[in-house]
Amino acid sequence: MTNNAVENKKPKIKEKNKPGFTENFLVPILAVLTGLIIGGIVIVLSNDAAIAAWGNFFQSPGTAIKASWDAIATGYGALFSGSLGKPADMLAGFQHYSATGDNKLLLKAFYPFTESLVTATPYIFAGLAVALGFQGGLFNIGAEGQFYIGALASAYVGYKIVGLPWFIHLPLALLGGAAAGAVWGAIPGFLKAKFGAHEVVNTIMMNYIAFRLSDWLLSGPMKSSGFRPVTPNIEASAELPRFFADPLRFNWGFPLALAVAVLVYWFLFKTTLGFEIRAVGANPDAAKYSGMSVVRNIILIMTLSGALAGLAGAAQVLGTDHWVGQGFSAGYGFDSIALALLGKSNPFGVVLAAILFGVLRSGATSMQSLAGIPIHIISIIQGLVIIFIAAPAIIRGIYRIRTGSAGATVLTRGWGK
Amino acid sequence: MAITTQTKTQNKTAFNQRQIITGIVLLVIGLLMFLLFARDTQPGQQATFGLNTDNNAGTIIIPDLVLPVQPSLYVLIVVIVFLAGWQIARGIRSTGLLVGAVAFAFVAAFLIWATKDQAFNLVGMMSNSLISATPIALAALCGVISERSGVINIAIEGIMLISAQVGVITATIFHNLWIGLIFAILAGGLVAAVHIVLVIRFKVDQTVSGIAINIFGTGATSFIASRYLERNIDGLNNSGTFPNITIPLLSKIPIIGPIFFQNNIVVYLMIILVVVIHILLFYTPWGLRTRAVGEHPKAADTLGINVYFTRYVNVIIGGMIAGLGGAYFTIGSVGRFDQNMTAGKGFIGLAAMIFGKYNPIGAFLSSLIFGFADSLQVKMQILGINIPSEFLQMTPYIVTMIVLAGLIGRAIPPAADGQPYEK
Repeated sequence: MTNNAVENKKPKIKEKNKPGFTENFLVPILAVLTGLIIGGIVIVLSNDAAIAAWGNFFQSPGTAIKASWDAIATGYGALFSGSLGKPADMLAGFQHYSATGDNKLLLKAFYPFTESLVTATPYIFAGLAVALGFQGGLFNIGAEGQFYIGALASAYVGYKIVGLPWFIHLPLALLGGAAAGAVWGAIPGFLKAKFGAHEVVNTIMMNYIAFRLSDWLLSGPMKSSGFRPVTPNIEASAELPRFFADPLRFNWGFPLALAVAVLVYWFLFKTTLGFEIRAVGANPDAAKYSGMSVVRNIILIMTLSGALAGLAGAAQVLGTDHWVGQGFSAGYGFDSIALALLGKSNPFGVVLAAILFGVLRSGATSMQSLAGIPIHIISIIQGLVIIFIAAPAIIRGIYRIRTGSAGATVLTRGWGK
Repeated sequence: MAITTQTKTQNKTAFNQRQIITGIVLLVIGLLMFLLFARDTQPGQQATFGLNTDNNAGTIIIPDLVLPVQPSLYVLIVVIVFLAGWQIARGIRSTGLLVGAVAFAFVAAFLIWATKDQAFNLVGMMSNSLISATPIALAALCGVISERSGVINIAIEGIMLISAQVGVITATIFHNLWIGLIFAILAGGLVAAVHIVLVIRFKVDQTVSGIAINIFGTGATSFIASRYLERNIDGLNNSGTFPNITIPLLSKIPIIGPIFFQNNIVVYLMIILVVVIHILLFYTPWGLRTRAVGEHPKAADTLGINVYFTRYVNVIIGGMIAGLGGAYFTIGSVGRFDQNMTAGKGFIGLAAMIFGKYNPIGAFLSSLIFGFADSLQVKMQILGINIPSEFLQMTPYIVTMIVLAGLIGRAIPPAADGQPYEK
């Protein structure tokens, strides 16, 4: 009560002085926008018709500009209609549904968008994993490996145990994934806390160990009876239930991811342990002198981070794929680093960034098939977005935003400390 | 005074404890060697190790090495047990020597066991090891030269991918491998320049910048590969490779000749660079400046060394070395670009750098170990050993983690590694 009174009396800090809006919203949005614009330039440069038209720029400048515009429109049009769906189809679907009660067209119209959310699900978990690490001052590059191990563990629980009711089997499979990821994260955490071995190198090493281990598991102990190196399908009782009939893979993984995001937010910002983690992240020495155990917190951060990344793998297997094959991750773990940066390590920011990435990733496939633009353009855009987020000075320079310069953010403090 | 003696005794007990733990680990290794290898052999078995390569360039032929399996294994186990006893009783000063000896004994035991009743071309595998070690060593050298000046560079993977692609495309277009090599090196320097500009000028976190460059590099090279290279292989992605150069006289030396003196230009350049950078780093003013900037930039600045300039130069030179490493993948070995063909060699190079304690020669030797593990798993399949090759491939990573933890031989990075310098 008294606390509240004191807080209320505080003079309100002028919003302008807070870096909040510019730092947290404007710069990320402009970074994504700039990334997309440069992506558009790449699309034009790789379009034969547009290049040919630019060759005749002085004869007919209109053609060149039109050809470029066409290239971009086709590319990004395919990207966004492939990831968000077409409004016209949705409208038609609604009309059909209200007229006949048949939801087939409606579901078909929303299929692209639900696919984007399906892609976003592992991104949310993995992004939260990296963001949690950042909050604690640790750089978990190992999300990819933890993702693999989590996926394999939950698949193992999913197909090996038979005959359990779903309300035991499903939580068990999720828990298996989280636990395996947690172990994979805890090892570098322990090595960092006890021996000062830098987590960046160790998590990279753990990634490669995870890749080799999964290669071995998929070609041997966990291989299904067929020729391909994949695990058997998981039991139906371990699946994250899907909301709709079959082509739509939208499942409970997404709401679960949102719930976990809220949980992580609550944990980080409303609990003592979360405060300790952020304190260790902000200034380990100060945390130490105020009586917090840095060693314990580092291990805790990496364990939780690993568990989240493991859950990402579990959600992917239990909700979307139902089996694990070689190279099935498609770089979720590495992209999650970009996500966490884009979301400013805030759980809600991560969710938004993850949905954006889900949209880009799932739309890229249809961009490749419809417009002939290789899917890898998404990685180019992602790389650029990370650079722009990490170097806000570039974005400020381009768009002439004036704010007090924020200090350099140092995440990594040398390998050995 | 009392405090110092106390810490001294503490240090001493800590040392003793570590000594005993290491000794016990050695005993366990000895036991493992017995259980895994020696128990699985019969008396009278022999292992034949070939010491000549098939493509003899006038090398003097020497007889193969034939070892009796069981006695050799027991000798190696006794050596390990002796070392363990010595370590527990007296302590062995040089951890490097200890680790080297144990690793050698273990690997030798493994090879002898694996080759029982068979023949195995040792020199051929050593030669393959050096070749697989080449890109790793170049990546490690790039790491050494950057991190010695205080800049973390985990963009090596991306740099190598981009250089590999630039190298093969330019070499194919100009029908000249040397032009490809030069362009690959320049591309490496350019990408590294982007990294260092982001780090110094825009104060981007060094790891974040590295990751961004890796993601960008993977995306851009794959984009170009699937948009252009796959449609026009002969016009853009078919360069041929550098021929092997046989060095007269030296190549005729048995064992050493086929391993070191019958390689292509990239391998020779790598060996030369290792030596040159070692000398530059430890015996020239430039090296002293580099190390000063990496250890204590403020002090270096006070003495008139331009910290930023030194870091720019070092990282860009490092990028050019990594560019050479990238060129190895295409014009140095297969003559075409495949998506993600570096397959994590840049990161393994970082591991080799740490394993080699930020020292060019150390980095080279650890690259050889990584290359050895790489080529060993190929040979394992030929020998029909039923150890999954994946576990063999894992060992370098596990060893790196152990080294990084300081359990055997601590690798201490430059003090200012990863820290931005502000005047």
